[in-house]
Amino acid sequence: MVGQKRLSKAVVILGFLFPSLAGLLLFQLIPMLSSAVISFTDWDLLTKARFVGLDNYREALQDEQTLTSMLNILKYIAGYLPSVLALGLLFAVLLNRKLRGVQFYRIAIFIPVITSWVAVSIIWRWLLNGQSGLVNYVLSLVGVQGPVWLQDFFWAMPAIIAVSVWKDLGYVTIILLAGLQDISDDYYEAATIDGAGGFQKFWRVTLPLLTPSLFFVLVISLINGFQLFDQVLVMTNGGPAGSTSTLVQQIYENAFQSYKMGFASAQSWILFVIILIVTIIQQQLQKRWVTYDR
Amino acid sequence: MTDKFAVFKNLLSHLILILAAIVLVFPFIWMLSGSFKDSLEVVRMPPNLIPETFLFSNYVEITKYFPIYRFLGNSVFVAIVTTLAQMAACAMGAFVFAKIQFRGRETLFGLYLITMMIPMQVTLTPLFIVFQKLNLINTYPGLILPGIFSAYGTFLLRQHMMTIPDPLIEAARMDGASYARVFAQIIIPLSKPALATLSIFAFMASWNNFLWPLIATSDKELMTLPIGLSKLTGRWATEWNILMAGNVISFVPIFIVFLFASRYFIKGMTMSGVKG
Repeated sequence: MVGQKRLSKAVVILGFLFPSLAGLLLFQLIPMLSSAVISFTDWDLLTKARFVGLDNYREALQDEQTLTSMLNILKYIAGYLPSVLALGLLFAVLLNRKLRGVQFYRIAIFIPVITSWVAVSIIWRWLLNGQSGLVNYVLSLVGVQGPVWLQDFFWAMPAIIAVSVWKDLGYVTIILLAGLQDISDDYYEAATIDGAGGFQKFWRVTLPLLTPSLFFVLVISLINGFQLFDQVLVMTNGGPAGSTSTLVQQIYENAFQSYKMGFASAQSWILFVIILIVTIIQQQLQKRWVTYDR
Repeated sequence: MTDKFAVFKNLLSHLILILAAIVLVFPFIWMLSGSFKDSLEVVRMPPNLIPETFLFSNYVEITKYFPIYRFLGNSVFVAIVTTLAQMAACAMGAFVFAKIQFRGRETLFGLYLITMMIPMQVTLTPLFIVFQKLNLINTYPGLILPGIFSAYGTFLLRQHMMTIPDPLIEAARMDGASYARVFAQIIIPLSKPALATLSIFAFMASWNNFLWPLIATSDKELMTLPIGLSKLTGRWATEWNILMAGNVISFVPIFIVFLFASRYFIKGMTMSGVKG
């Protein structure tokens, strides 16, 4: 009787878990392992796969395009991360004040977040267009001759960074705002009693207690940063002259335009390992600067 | 702190926020305005915000080259089915992880969470190969299936279901209710807010999804809006009025959903912060 009951419980558990477990196995774990296997082969989908050991990895790490794309990603992160964090923090603090119309601002800041990257990229391609773009028109009003942003070897990446900050700002702000609202008023009262001024309160109370949220935003932004793709594909397609090419774009081209499945898989594993290492380093470093309230 | 100073600070805050709101929202107003202009007015300098005459022809002309309303239909269909299926799969999984004890449960759940770290690009190539072998490329199941599993969704619902008191479930079990009944009549009704949050989040993710549908469709009949729009830019690189009409068509549905459910959008976003 007990055995039967246990069996029926197992059936229930399996039944409930089946849809998500099947998804986990079929669309995550098995493809992941297959991709590891493919990365050790030379395979164009038409002919038989050939085992080549670590050749793809060796080739990828010496491949100029791959290295350029990694360098581009680092440039992107170096520009994107500090800007989006600083602006996100500013707007979170402002939206946390009891101002009139906060609801309106919150909606406004969120509109770019809900829009697809493709739509956003197309709008900005127009705004940043050399002749008919609004950005250069506004610049011309103050006497500045703007560059042809997305076709300019130097300006294409800064433009992509700026548009990415513009789109993600709402997301970062909302996360930090939730973090701010979690900070108990007791801390501020205690600080006031101790005679702390506004700036001191921000520096000694707000910022330390906000570090868990900052940490989260940092981790997510870095992971997303390494996977930079949608906006680049639509806005510049990696150009001009590879100045905005990214690793995911390389993977996409190698796998689905050149059908170099093994090489692309190796690149995707390199990407995964980079993300993994960066995330682990952040986890380790967080003990030094993240303050947990509870 | 004097009152005068507080007034000044409030003014400054409003000023910064208004400026930010303009920078963030104006491109969308510009998009809307551009979609009603003709091909000359749209590139004319100096630019004008209000079109001289509101032309609706761009919204018709766009269909000559691209079946944009077909894309719209595909997007709506794929997003709705993906959302419903994802909610069902996540809710069922979350119920087990929150309320039914068994050996190895936490380990298994850990495995779910780990997948949140796997970049889509790693699973992309094998998924494409398998879907091609199964003739699922350029089909609706091919577009929908990979979007059904969501570790984030399972996590979000589990966190919520854990707050449902155990005695409630135990009492129902004592009365002879099966797990299926407990799930349908206790767990689901009590999880409505979390389900709403997930549904909005899943809908948005599917609506804006780019990389997988880009690979899973080459047939125009099956493309979703982001893919169709990205192909459109290739052909009509500078026909901004046509492109903006396409953009408006892809923007309006998600914007309406957002206006009616902004609360859930924001909740879904901030909940994603919990996992850190």
